[in-house]
Amino acid sequence: AMIGGLFVYNHKGEVLICRLFRDDLTRDAVNAFRVNVIHARQQVRSPVNLIGRVSFVHRKTDGVWLVAASRKDANAAAMVEVLRRIAITMHSYFGKLTEEAIRSNFVLIYELLDELIDFGYPQLTDPSVLKTYIMQSGVKAVTQEEQKQITSQVTGQISWRREGIKYRRNELFIDVVEHVNLLMSAQGQVLSAHVAGRVLMKSFLSGMPECKLGINDKLSFKDSSRIAVGSSSLARVSVAIDDLQFDQCVRLGKFETEHAISFIPPDGSCELMKYRTTSDIKLPFRVIPLVREVSKSKMEIKVVLKADFKPNLIGQKIEVRIPVPPNTSGVSVICMKGKAKYKSGDNAIVWKMKRLAGGKEVQCSAEVDLLTFGNANRKWNRPPVSINFEVPFAPSGFKVRYLKVFESKLNYSDHDVIKWVRYMGRSGIYETRC
Amino acid sequence: MTDSKYFTTTKKGEIFELKTELNSDKKEKKREAVKKVIASMTVGKDVSALFPDVINCMQTDNVELKKLVYLYLMNYAKSQPDMAIMAVNTFVKDCEDPNPLIRALAVRTMGCIRVEKITEYLCEPLRKCMKDEDPYVRKTAAVCVAKLYDMNPQLVEEQGFVELLNDLLSDANPMVVANAVAALSEINEAKPLIEVNSQMVNKLLTALNECTEWGQVFILDALSGYAPRDEREAQNICERISPRLAHANAAVVLSTVKVLMKLIEMLPADSEFIASLTKKLAPPMVTLLSAEPEIQYVALRNINLIVQKRPDILKQEMKVFFVKYNDPIYVKMEKLDVMIRLAQQSNIAQVLSELKEYATEVDVDFVRKSVRAIGRCAIKVEQSAERCVATLLELIQTKVNYVVQEAVVVIKDIFRKYPNRYESIISTLCENLDTLDEPEARASMIWIIGEYAERIDNADELLESFVDGFHDENTQVQLQLLTSVVKLFLKRPTDTQQLVQRVLSLATQDSDNPDLRDRGYIYWRLLSADPAAAKQVVLAEKPLISEETDLLEPSLLDQLVCHIGSLASVYHKPPSSFVDNTKAPLRQLAPNAAALATNGSSSGDMDSAPGLIGVPAPSGGAVPSQDTLIADLLQLDMNPMGGSSAAAPAAPVAAPGGGLDDLLGLGGGAPSYGAAPAAPMADPLAAWGAAPAPPAAAGGGLNDLFGLGGGGGGMGGVMGGVQGFQTPKTQWLDAASHKGLQLEGAVVRKNGAIYMEMAITNKAMQPLSDFAIQFNKNSFGLVPAQPLHIAAPVFPNQTTQVSLRLDTNGPVQKMDPLANVQIAMKNNVDVFYFATVVPMLVYFAEDGMMEKREFLELWKEIPEANEQQFTIMNNRGLSADDICSKLQANNVFTVARRSVDGQELLYHSIKYTNKIVVLSELKMEITGAPTLTLSLKSRHVTALANLNEMYQQIFDN
Repeated sequence: AMIGGLFVYNHKGEVLICRLFRDDLTRDAVNAFRVNVIHARQQVRSPVNLIGRVSFVHRKTDGVWLVAASRKDANAAAMVEVLRRIAITMHSYFGKLTEEAIRSNFVLIYELLDELIDFGYPQLTDPSVLKTYIMQSGVKAVTQEEQKQITSQVTGQISWRREGIKYRRNELFIDVVEHVNLLMSAQGQVLSAHVAGRVLMKSFLSGMPECKLGINDKLSFKDSSRIAVGSSSLARVSVAIDDLQFDQCVRLGKFETEHAISFIPPDGSCELMKYRTTSDIKLPFRVIPLVREVSKSKMEIKVVLKADFKPNLIGQKIEVRIPVPPNTSGVSVICMKGKAKYKSGDNAIVWKMKRLAGGKEVQCSAEVDLLTFGNANRKWNRPPVSINFEVPFAPSGFKVRYLKVFESKLNYSDHDVIKWVRYMGRSGIYETRC
Repeated sequence: MTDSKYFTTTKKGEIFELKTELNSDKKEKKREAVKKVIASMTVGKDVSALFPDVINCMQTDNVELKKLVYLYLMNYAKSQPDMAIMAVNTFVKDCEDPNPLIRALAVRTMGCIRVEKITEYLCEPLRKCMKDEDPYVRKTAAVCVAKLYDMNPQLVEEQGFVELLNDLLSDANPMVVANAVAALSEINEAKPLIEVNSQMVNKLLTALNECTEWGQVFILDALSGYAPRDEREAQNICERISPRLAHANAAVVLSTVKVLMKLIEMLPADSEFIASLTKKLAPPMVTLLSAEPEIQYVALRNINLIVQKRPDILKQEMKVFFVKYNDPIYVKMEKLDVMIRLAQQSNIAQVLSELKEYATEVDVDFVRKSVRAIGRCAIKVEQSAERCVATLLELIQTKVNYVVQEAVVVIKDIFRKYPNRYESIISTLCENLDTLDEPEARASMIWIIGEYAERIDNADELLESFVDGFHDENTQVQLQLLTSVVKLFLKRPTDTQQLVQRVLSLATQDSDNPDLRDRGYIYWRLLSADPAAAKQVVLAEKPLISEETDLLEPSLLDQLVCHIGSLASVYHKPPSSFVDNTKAPLRQLAPNAAALATNGSSSGDMDSAPGLIGVPAPSGGAVPSQDTLIADLLQLDMNPMGGSSAAAPAAPVAAPGGGLDDLLGLGGGAPSYGAAPAAPMADPLAAWGAAPAPPAAAGGGLNDLFGLGGGGGGMGGVMGGVQGFQTPKTQWLDAASHKGLQLEGAVVRKNGAIYMEMAITNKAMQPLSDFAIQFNKNSFGLVPAQPLHIAAPVFPNQTTQVSLRLDTNGPVQKMDPLANVQIAMKNNVDVFYFATVVPMLVYFAEDGMMEKREFLELWKEIPEANEQQFTIMNNRGLSADDICSKLQANNVFTVARRSVDGQELLYHSIKYTNKIVVLSELKMEITGAPTLTLSLKSRHVTALANLNEMYQQIFDN
């Protein structure tokens, strides 16, 4: 760790926030970053820059630069991650990180930074916990009892959940949201494909409930004795997960030894786990692009879209982006379904469909007129056709098998909890080269 | 109401106004004023004048106001140390506050006030806070110790805070433990006060499971500095931390990887445990690639290290490194690097088709890198070379300027790697000559022309066209042009004299660049002194370039692996290179400077292996032998483009003294072209500097220097007479079957002693060191006169030149063939055995000159049966004088000469180091017939061995 200082600039390079944690940094560093990165003539190509002997890690969101600086061999991964958390924290306090929002909340931000980082060491970056004692509208007068509770929660083992939560109705919602990423060659060969999945949980449970989540990954299945390993049905019902990541509430040690996902959830929503799979992905859509450069001034594009899933399911919010050259002067486009429009600002034809049932195949064709003068004959490098969509299933085959809730102190049992599970597949970067 | 309005006041009387407001009775107004002050401070205005007024606001119940005042204090206390004392009382009082948040705030802020006097007052409150009942206060106090240490380390030690910190490692609260370990690590880095022992490690491992994500990072970073006692402990730690790989925080994941990578080194390499552990490592790293781009970048820089250290971990994961269209450029560039590292025969087709795709993208740098990558694939995977070359040709056809230039540069490397395979494409390259406008591309093209001058009909015209604009070229191009023209001249001397003279005078007389002038003089001198030698030097076979051109030097890599996740791992530089270590000593030794110079410069240099650039300077006291001196000079000469330290001899510029002869020691009748003046020189560069050499002297007349003008009798004849013949180095050990050790050597005689000249090349991945050598008994009792001493380890892709003096006083045993010697060479890897037939002439002693009478008597005495006759070819049409002087130079002494019946008879004597004498008679026809008859006589027929071959070699060289 050991961050030396944290700066926030607006898009012009004016300082909005400047907090130095270490004595080895001075305001010169603030200027150095502005001069060498924000005002640099050439585009700065790395999020980590060494200027003089000061290292700067930055991220830019909504026209605001968030910068962490250090003169030491600090933990770069931590610096990047801290910046992300700071952005998240600020966002959860006052919404979008605009210049105006930051100026309006600068006192709060200084206060937050004090809790987030001490002497360059990140301390607490969980907004839900921070909110228990740092308020947007001044500090609330707290009783001694409450103070104690705050500090024990901030430093405690289960820092993410306070005690004494009560709900009349114990309810929990699980969303399995998967982003399918695909890179397909023009010839239809899958160059790379993976699913980045997330299990989002929203819980309204009383007390300190112990939860246990069961999923259909191959490893967990092997451990469960009821299902014979190696049976032919197994391959279809289980998924091979390449990697799993858990929220801090999940007991990692227990997962390692028993393959059990057990945890005490934070109140409200949390991203319980993230996972990644690469094998046996059911690709919901297949794009077949055909580009024909008829002449220097004319081009024909045809794109076929196939919905590769069960006919009783329906894909939604489908948007195909078909790139055209920058020197396009006019486009005439015909599509069987939905609406297609040429967007000159994006250099693309955007073809939208609200819904498309599984098994369907639709097509869109376009004639593109090209300008041929000036530097228009510069080579066009054919960006890939990309597609956005939403489907009501998990393309990886991921399933939640069970989620059990135990709360020993209060008298409600697993059966009393109302549970909801929903699956959703969305496009990540879903591209087909043409 | 928002706070943004505080930023707007910029009026002149602002400070005064604020002063009034700060002293207002109304709380609300005070608070507003302090906010304005902080806002001014943030944008960089000096509001230190308000110090007393702000301090006055400190005593308040309003926590928000208190925090703002503290913020101000931290910023300005240093500039107003005396006034800062005023705040002490409030701090001390706050440290006793019933509210733990206030207590923590006070101790946190106090540690940030860097005023000597205040630190004294800090000790007592801090001590109390470290034992506070509230964990929040304790965790804050732990960090405060680190703050105090940063200001006043002595105080921390004296006051026993280090021990208190140590106690906090056993605290029940995991966050306290984590902060304590962070503070301890920082203190330990400055000065090792607390030894990390296994007990402590156990505590940390326990806390690891329970503390916050950042605490986990502190603990893991601390664990990475611990060296377990044994394998079992190492394995235990691995097992206990590996679940962290599934953490959502990238910093936790990378710190875990760091500790695991370090501990793996301690475990037996082929154990099942390692196999399962490395399997666990790949997925989390791949997952980091779906995080946001900044994290991807840090991850990729680290993956680059990891695949160099342990290529197996990610070898199956090539696809995830394929570039996505919308990746930010910095991610694309890094992915490309990793792709090339992972490229191998099994996936090369896929990689190539990707690279070809990338080469048509928009970003110029990315396209260039992709083209370069195609070249690297060719060099790395031999089976793909052909396809790569075809792809490059296709890209050249696109005529996109920078693509063509990049392609030319890599094709040059491909030629180096696979000589005589793809030269058919030279004509295509030549077609694009005009489009090349970048120095590196031009230099590469010129190199190609020079290297293949004999196959390019109009090579002279092409080079001449470059020479026309000589002074407008970049130095890199000028140097290459000089070398290539010399190559051309040596290959086609008849019609390129004028060109070479022109270039030499351009380089030596019209240039201000010392490197260029020096190289010019060297060539000039070399050509004038001995074209044959020049040929040997300039057209020498070049070492092959290795597959991995830009690997980090192994010791640096090892060091960086210990810093995975940190900035060092992102920069691929040791921390010492970007951190002031005045306060904090380094964890590890600084890496070898020479080795550092090698990385990154993959193809800047053309005639030597890329790794060779950083020729290690002779270490301190060691006196380099004359031969290494020459070798250094020549390497220096060949490597001007690497930009490495070795290529910057400052001295010669200032030293235009005496004869050029002295520079190379060629002039004064020294017995071999490689020998410098007899006195060994401590420093090659100093020797350069000392040599007086007026350039004007050289300008005198090229004709004379070259011996082309008149009476010289052909190029070869001028200098040949005075040199002793030295067999060129041959390969004794090849890298492939000797664990990466390549040894080339020759046994030569110079200055009255026998030397074994060796070039040790490391083709392995780790440095080679601990060299030793031993000779078996042999016919002449040849043994090393001193132990083999190689000062520095030979790093991968480096070559070290050694000259080992030999004696002939060792144990004797007759060998067959007579001059065979069996040698054992040892290094840190293994012992290797080889045998070499030493050229007999190294045994010819200096005192072999015989009196005529003595010769005659002996000749008669030795029976006819002991005489052997041979036919020798006079391939070079040497005259009797030439022959005598050539033999003389090799300690074959002329005793007498006679002319009889149109025949010239030459009598010579040879004395071996073991005193055995050989007599010889050479018959040559005065008509100049190409054959000579050699009769050899000795009391010991075996001693005649292959002497005839020796004669032949002497005559031919």
